[in-house]
Amino acid sequence: MSDFFLAMHHIYKSFSRVPVLKDVSIQIRPGEVHALVGENGAGKSTLMKILMGIYTADSGEIQVQDKTVQIHSPQEALHLGISMIHQELSPVPDMSVSENLFMGREIRRNHMGGLSIVDQKEQIRQTHAIFESMGVQMEPKALMRNLSVAQVQLVEITKAISLSSRIIIMDEPTSALTEKEVHTLFEQIEKLRRTGVGIIYISHKLDEIFRIADRISVLRDGELIGTHTAAELSKNALIQMMVGREITAIYPKIETQQGAVALEVSNFSRGTHFRDISFQLHYGEILGIGGLVGAGRSELVECIFGITHPTAGDLKIEGQTVRIRHPKQAIAQKIALITEDRKRTGLNLIESVETNIAVVILDRIANLGIVDSKKSAELSDAYISKLNIRTNSRGTRMYKLSGGNQQKVVLAKWLLSEPDIIILDEPTRGIDVGAKRDIYLLMGELAKAGKAVLMISSEIPELMGLADRIIVLADGRLTGEILRKDFSQERILQYASNMNGESETV
Amino acid sequence: MNVKQSKKWNTDDLRELGIFIAFIIIVCVLMLFSPPGFRSGRNMLNILKQTSINGILATGMMYVIITGGIDLSVGSIAALSGVMAAHFAHPGEYPLIIPILLPVFIGTLVGLFNGIGVTYGSIPPFIVTLGSMTIFRGAALITSKGQPVFNVSKPFEAISGAFVFDTIPVLVIYYVVITLIFAFVLTRTVFGRHVYMVGGNETAARVSGIDTFKVKIVVYMISGFLAGIAGLLLTSRTISANPTAAQGYEMDAITAVIIGGVSMSGGSGKWYGTVIGALLISIIANSLDILNVSSHYQPVIKGMIIILAVLMDMKTKNRGR
Ligand SMILES: Nc1ncnc2c1ncn2[C@@H]1O[C@H](COP(=O)(O)OP(=O)(O)OP(=O)(O)O)[C@@H](O)[C@H]1O
Ligand SMILES: [Mg+2]
Repeated sequence: MSDFFLAMHHIYKSFSRVPVLKDVSIQIRPGEVHALVGENGAGKSTLMKILMGIYTADSGEIQVQDKTVQIHSPQEALHLGISMIHQELSPVPDMSVSENLFMGREIRRNHMGGLSIVDQKEQIRQTHAIFESMGVQMEPKALMRNLSVAQVQLVEITKAISLSSRIIIMDEPTSALTEKEVHTLFEQIEKLRRTGVGIIYISHKLDEIFRIADRISVLRDGELIGTHTAAELSKNALIQMMVGREITAIYPKIETQQGAVALEVSNFSRGTHFRDISFQLHYGEILGIGGLVGAGRSELVECIFGITHPTAGDLKIEGQTVRIRHPKQAIAQKIALITEDRKRTGLNLIESVETNIAVVILDRIANLGIVDSKKSAELSDAYISKLNIRTNSRGTRMYKLSGGNQQKVVLAKWLLSEPDIIILDEPTRGIDVGAKRDIYLLMGELAKAGKAVLMISSEIPELMGLADRIIVLADGRLTGEILRKDFSQERILQYASNMNGESETV
Repeated sequence: MNVKQSKKWNTDDLRELGIFIAFIIIVCVLMLFSPPGFRSGRNMLNILKQTSINGILATGMMYVIITGGIDLSVGSIAALSGVMAAHFAHPGEYPLIIPILLPVFIGTLVGLFNGIGVTYGSIPPFIVTLGSMTIFRGAALITSKGQPVFNVSKPFEAISGAFVFDTIPVLVIYYVVITLIFAFVLTRTVFGRHVYMVGGNETAARVSGIDTFKVKIVVYMISGFLAGIAGLLLTSRTISANPTAAQGYEMDAITAVIIGGVSMSGGSGKWYGTVIGALLISIIANSLDILNVSSHYQPVIKGMIIILAVLMDMKTKNRGR
């Protein structure tokens, strides 16, 4: 018997004749964390979906404990001890946490003539117990729709763990987690590893990969470039394997000239989400907003953009007080907001790439309400190549694009609106190193061209690498402001964890 | 790799052809097994004529369903506006323009009511339009005192009864013109793209600056407007208005839209699918009539064919996944 629990041999897969996976083979040992890395659209999620029986490989073989198996559905995969935490989470919004956890394997009681009832009490009790053992703090009765992305992710992770799987696939599990939650997750992974569970870990965060991975497999354009132990790889070597070229300076900082005040909020408040926020954003500046997930940063920018309404406070654009009550008014003020949750607020997944890219500027490329389809096609193609979006054509439906390429479409649609004030909420979530750098360069160029850039990020290196100035929110309050010359990880963390929300004057 | 392929069919479009395949198969089968009466040119025109009123209702219904809503009130709107048209269409009382504009106006107004209920009232479309279906059926009964309204003028009768070149029923012309106009709006205009966007992802639509309330209200107004026209045409065709007319028309319209491949969850669907859906319904009814199938069996067969058509549609759509 080989020392692998699972092996995929010579997997090929094409979508409408476009090859996506070419002769890919990977083996997973029990108790190892096996990282799967590669650029957006390299085929990582597709490979894993084949393993889960969501797609069928065109050719190739899957072996579990040296026995060849056919996996036709996720149920069959679960039965073989393989479960997956998907990149695009899709919880049932009106179900509670415990109902989601036990979905498909509900605990039943009262077999009255074949009629069984779901034992909610017992489910809630067990959910409590599982959370307790994992050190997760969450209310089992909470509705999924009220959870943050991070919390939803934790529920999914808990679910996979509680299914006592032998292999757990995690497709970008930490893309929306705070540092602390990542820590919790890694502790769980460590526990799982010790009990002999194999973890397939997909991520674009290289630091994380070197923290936990035992072995790393690199995919590029659907081909396996190689599998190495983490110890024998350097970060630069890994990047080179991924993108096929060398990347220097991940955070390119372009020097810019700071101009007049573009946007000013004073005493901005919205219920319990955030209170008494005041700051200025200048033209030619990249202002970072740091803080923990849940600190109220997304709520703040959504309120500035008119998605929600403030309960108190003023908003000034170029010194003029404006009332923005709908995103269309924000767009008229030349503001753009790249939201953090592309699936919920960013894209129409069942429509084409072109439709999504052109949606904000439809009015501008229309005559008498009739869309100039030639222009819309031209502009889409221009941005597809400008942002290097990997898609068969502009007519391809969004759901077929890989996660990172979907994110680029969101960026494209807002850049196309030619905003003067650009707000980005976690803009590089799920984006590969090479593309990240492209986006950073783009942000730098925008600032250099005199635009005002406001960027929320939970990744401190990203904030420190790009911003001219950082403000930090904690628990709905602005707790500090740091100038570039004073940037330090410690200070950001210190302000971010200021849980009682005492404001510091700067 | 990006720019090419623009003119070629992509797989999504091919999948949407499923409904065409179902349509052609059903028509071919009918052609083979039906008596010559079915195949005659006159009967073809007759089928088109029978399609027109349901087809007009289905056009409005399609807009509503693409935004993710539903409009159950169209049958009642048609009845009410038909009654109102007949009231003002007695010979020598009012100029013809009154019984033409009034039903259309009433329909649009009811649509506005539905739209406001769905948006500002945030009541589910099913509930709002179920309510107005009942209310405006009642209104039709009240305004007609529960009796059919007879005695309409000759010119009014000609609205639906006339023929173009002595052969083509003018109803068919109306249907074709309305279909083309609303197909153009849906596929080529900013508003049309907004309709799809609202149905595909309402939150994202709003964040992208689309006034989702406005889009939804207009969509219900379109549905009401077309239901008003349908009521007018129905009254003119039957030379009288019956307050209990057009019962269940909403179901035929919804059926046409769904057979045509418009998803009930919103965001997708093509106008020509709806046309085929509407045609299919009348072809089935027509051929069963010609084959002398008992009217008790007709609904059973109709229902089975509907399920079959959608099934075939789904099968072709899922191929290649
Ligand atoms: N259902 C589908 N139909 C057609 N093409 C698809 C489909 N799913 C994925 N693809 C294509 O396959 C390629 C690989 O996608 P995949 O999602 O596996 O990438 P990935 O490596 O997970 O990227 P990311 O890091 O962005 O998540 C992409 O080019 C994508 O457009
Ligand atoms: Mg992926």
